Amino acid sequence: MLNSLAAQIIFYVIAVVTVGFAALVAFSRNIVYSAFALVGALMGVAGVYILLAADFVAMVQVLLYVGGIVVLTIFAVMLTQGIGDIAVSNRAVGPVAGLTVTALAGTVMLYATLRTPWHLATNVQVSATTYGVGNAFLGAYVLPFEIASVVLLVSLIGAVVISRQDSAVESTDAGSEKGRS
Amino acid sequence: MGGGITLDHFLVLGLILFLLGSYCVLTRRNAIGILMGIELILNAANINYLAFAFFGGARYDGQIFAIFVVMLAAAEAVIGLAVILAIYQNLRTIDVDATETLSG
Repeated sequence: MLNSLAAQIIFYVIAVVTVGFAALVAFSRNIVYSAFALVGALMGVAGVYILLAADFVAMVQVLLYVGGIVVLTIFAVMLTQGIGDIAVSNRAVGPVAGLTVTALAGTVMLYATLRTPWHLATNVQVSATTYGVGNAFLGAYVLPFEIASVVLLVSLIGAVVISRQDSAVESTDAGSEKGRS
Repeated sequence: MGGGITLDHFLVLGLILFLLGSYCVLTRRNAIGILMGIELILNAANINYLAFAFFGGARYDGQIFAIFVVMLAAAEAVIGLAVILAIYQNLRTIDVDATETLSG
């Protein structure tokens, strides 16, 4: 299925777009540009999911990541502005050291990836995955599914508790926080 | 490669995303930038999950794991950003090198 010329062209276009936006996320000096480039990178990854016949996961990616997490990230970037929007590189780990570490790790992982004889399925049948994913969630994976919903609930409550500090015992600047709520 | 997109193509794409994400985590001083690098790393892992699920016979296990990763990434982003905003309210900075008041 992925042997046709069209599939190759689509893959390389999606890969170049994804890697380009991801590089913008990693190398941009302005955190706002990084946050918006994250949208492009995650949309490209959703395209890769569709190419891998995972339509439901691609929709989840678009809804949750692009619609939720990135919007939240951009909110946080905007709310913490005014502290100098230039995200300079860390003194402890500069660009040179970072590039060295990632290049070393990348070399090892590339070698391991390309030298491993993966067991591949011979003929892959592609169909809509929503039916199977739903069955798996309510069948073999019902316990992790429920636990994940509890985790989401806990994180929701935790985020509310962490982010509003007004009623906490003694905040460092409790006086200035009083009037804000 | 003999033409066609193989498993290695997707694995290498995931590897590149992972390396960009880890570079972002290593060199950013802005805490939100570090979270964005973590998102890239999680997406790289998801590409690997789905690639193995597809080339391993299109079973649903890999897709289930990918959905769990997305779910937990949402929880992680919510908690992480709440922590960052709380730090910002208290310290007026999210420079991870400057938030060392607990280091004694």
